[in-house]
Amino acid sequence: MTRKRRRLLAVLAGMGMLAIAAVLVLNAFSDSLVFFYSPSDLKARAVPQGRMLRIGGLVEEASVKRGGDGKTVTFRITDGSAAVPVTYSGALPDLFREGQGVVVEGRLDGAGEVRAASVLAKHDERYMPREVVDALKKSGRWQEGAAAK
Amino acid sequence: MIAELGHFALILALLLALLQATVPLLGAARRDLGWMALSRRTALGQLVLVSFAFAALIHAYVTSDFSVANVFENSHSAKPLLYKVTGAWGNHEGSMVLWVFILALCGAAVAGFGGNLPAELRARVLAVQGMIGSGFLLFILLTSDPFQRLMPAPFDGRGLNPVLQDPGLAFHPPFLYLGYVGFSVAFSFAVAALIEGRVDAAWARWVRPWTLAAWCALTIGIAMGSWWAYYTLGWGGWWFWDPVENASLMPWLVGTALLHSAIVVEKREALKTWTVLLAILTFSLSLIGTFLVRSGVLTSVHAFAVDPARGTFILLLLFVVIGGSLSLYAVRAPRLRGGGLFAPISREGALVLNNLLLTTAAATVFLGTLYPLFSEELGGPKLSVGFPFFDRTFAPLMVPLLMAVAVGPLLAWKRGDLLGALQRLWLAFAAVAVVILFGVYLARGGPVLAVFGLALAAWVFMGAVLEWMERVKLGRAPMSESWRRARHLPRAAHGMTLAHLGLAVTLAGIAASAWQEERIEIVHPGQDLAIAGYTLHLDEVAQVAGANFTADRARITVTKAGKTIAEMHPEKRFFPLQQMPTSVTAIHSNLLADLYVALGDSDGAGGWTIRAYWKPLVPWIWMGAVFMALGGLLSLSDRRWRIGIAVRVPRGARVAGVGD
Repeated sequence: MTRKRRRLLAVLAGMGMLAIAAVLVLNAFSDSLVFFYSPSDLKARAVPQGRMLRIGGLVEEASVKRGGDGKTVTFRITDGSAAVPVTYSGALPDLFREGQGVVVEGRLDGAGEVRAASVLAKHDERYMPREVVDALKKSGRWQEGAAAK
Repeated sequence: MIAELGHFALILALLLALLQATVPLLGAARRDLGWMALSRRTALGQLVLVSFAFAALIHAYVTSDFSVANVFENSHSAKPLLYKVTGAWGNHEGSMVLWVFILALCGAAVAGFGGNLPAELRARVLAVQGMIGSGFLLFILLTSDPFQRLMPAPFDGRGLNPVLQDPGLAFHPPFLYLGYVGFSVAFSFAVAALIEGRVDAAWARWVRPWTLAAWCALTIGIAMGSWWAYYTLGWGGWWFWDPVENASLMPWLVGTALLHSAIVVEKREALKTWTVLLAILTFSLSLIGTFLVRSGVLTSVHAFAVDPARGTFILLLLFVVIGGSLSLYAVRAPRLRGGGLFAPISREGALVLNNLLLTTAAATVFLGTLYPLFSEELGGPKLSVGFPFFDRTFAPLMVPLLMAVAVGPLLAWKRGDLLGALQRLWLAFAAVAVVILFGVYLARGGPVLAVFGLALAAWVFMGAVLEWMERVKLGRAPMSESWRRARHLPRAAHGMTLAHLGLAVTLAGIAASAWQEERIEIVHPGQDLAIAGYTLHLDEVAQVAGANFTADRARITVTKAGKTIAEMHPEKRFFPLQQMPTSVTAIHSNLLADLYVALGDSDGAGGWTIRAYWKPLVPWIWMGAVFMALGGLLSLSDRRWRIGIAVRVPRGARVAGVGD
């Protein structure tokens, strides 16, 4: 095999690999991109039911109710102007509490409630998820320094 | 006073680095031995100065000198000593000092162990290291000074994030950085080779040990991070495709490719330009890993600070290093002459396949990690790329790679015999068949993919074992002959076998997680919880006090078939200083499965939420990673990397007899 043919083969193999990767990526992108909404967005826009989405905001004060089985929790996420009810069953992060910024990943059910698959609260009480900050800023409830409290 | 000296040492180190970046380079061009020799002294000098600065910072932490802003922000006098020390790098400024410290260590190591390198190559390598060093020292001094003073000094500090007060996490950054920064040596060698216009077998021999060492450290670093997540987050997840994890995975993938392609350069003098490119890409991804994550550009738990000046500097630095090296590559790479020819079915061919798959996988991870950033910057919607994306792109690319891992080492260089290799793997086929039959019987309509994953693990495992057996002629020659062969086999060969076995072990651990069991229940003291044949009896939940926290501590007695097996103590800690809870899980492992228990919240009526998991083979994930790193170290101890072994053939001479 000559050097030229070998190079051609290598280039073809590389291109083939990239083509496979492109197919895999596009295929996965079509339904594994998770869009982010603030509670106000959910109120204002028609969001498709049953699709994975992320919602960020603060856990509303006095909204956390724990079920008797030790794993079901319901609470509301608010950005100050709108709130969304969330049901979650599973292990909550240590930092989850009322007033804390959280991001919830889950699906919207028919009643406008979010069935959460996971709840993310960040590792640091000084740190607020960026999506949450943006959501609060958009609704005008953001105060500088609020994250540091 | 010591803090000021530390700051001064960093300034001196910067001056030395600037010297090292220029004079040896000119010396190499002018063939001036004196100018070239300067590089060794500046590299050692840098190590002394940066070590001093690093020690000064640790000193400030240990003595709780709160007049230093960085210490005030991140430490507290009541913190245990271990975390006072490790807290020094648990923040942006300190982690940067650790970064340049490791860089100085690498530079000094090249200067110290590089006695067998040609003077010009060594001078150029160290000059490139000097350039990287100057960039980072400048970054520290201009935007992230760790020694800034506070006036007046506060009485006590703010404390370290409790999540970071953990032995696993304390040593995770140094290993990770050792990996990231270790790849800078391979990068410097690549750039030096481009300047010189020469890559040969000797070059590959010099690069490979550095790459191996960095790769081992990165492997351990990633494994530690994943293990930490596993035991600390309270539900036993160990990989989240989080941007931070991806940032360390990308250089690992490309570094693994580099490790393998350097073999081809060394043995066959082929794939030269590709190897140089991989060396550049690996370090570039390490830089991106350090900075996109640290700078807060990506939403992440590890993002320390969002400071526009830092962000701009970082982007500039990335642009200069990556853009500069790739431009140099574009201009100079065509001058590197290609070497040995090989057929597609050959050891080289298998290694090319390995490289293509690893880099493509790294590319998909890169896309998945940065796509949200691109989307937002370009005014698109805010989104995230979750688990399913990586499952569907990364996993399919790994399958052919894992299939090839068993076959590749059995192929001959230049032209291999695929059929022959497959025939020699008949035992591996048998193992796969057994695993599939057994798995399907056990799973019965359960996780089909997990059975497939286990079968792949068996394939890789048997492949590695059979290849090793073949090398030592186990079973075909008398035992004494096999023993003699095993002893004379290069350590690198044993290392490869061990690393590939580790891969199989990790894979099995990942696949078997599909069979885990989970119970989350409210339990009152005196009551039982049953999981996977075990009975967990909650004896009591008591209040205990630690150095800087209080905790609810449960005592759980584990029995199986009436026999007491273990006592477990999951805790829920509360750090009053930060007003922050953390959980400490209890894990009982028999190396085949973990029993994992976390204490949840109290229900206010005497009951506690207990989360119990049974996780089969999960310890294998990290055991495999340790095997991989040990394999790398074994290979690193191979005789042929030692000083004076690699000899460069004069330019123009035919290369013959390279390799063993």
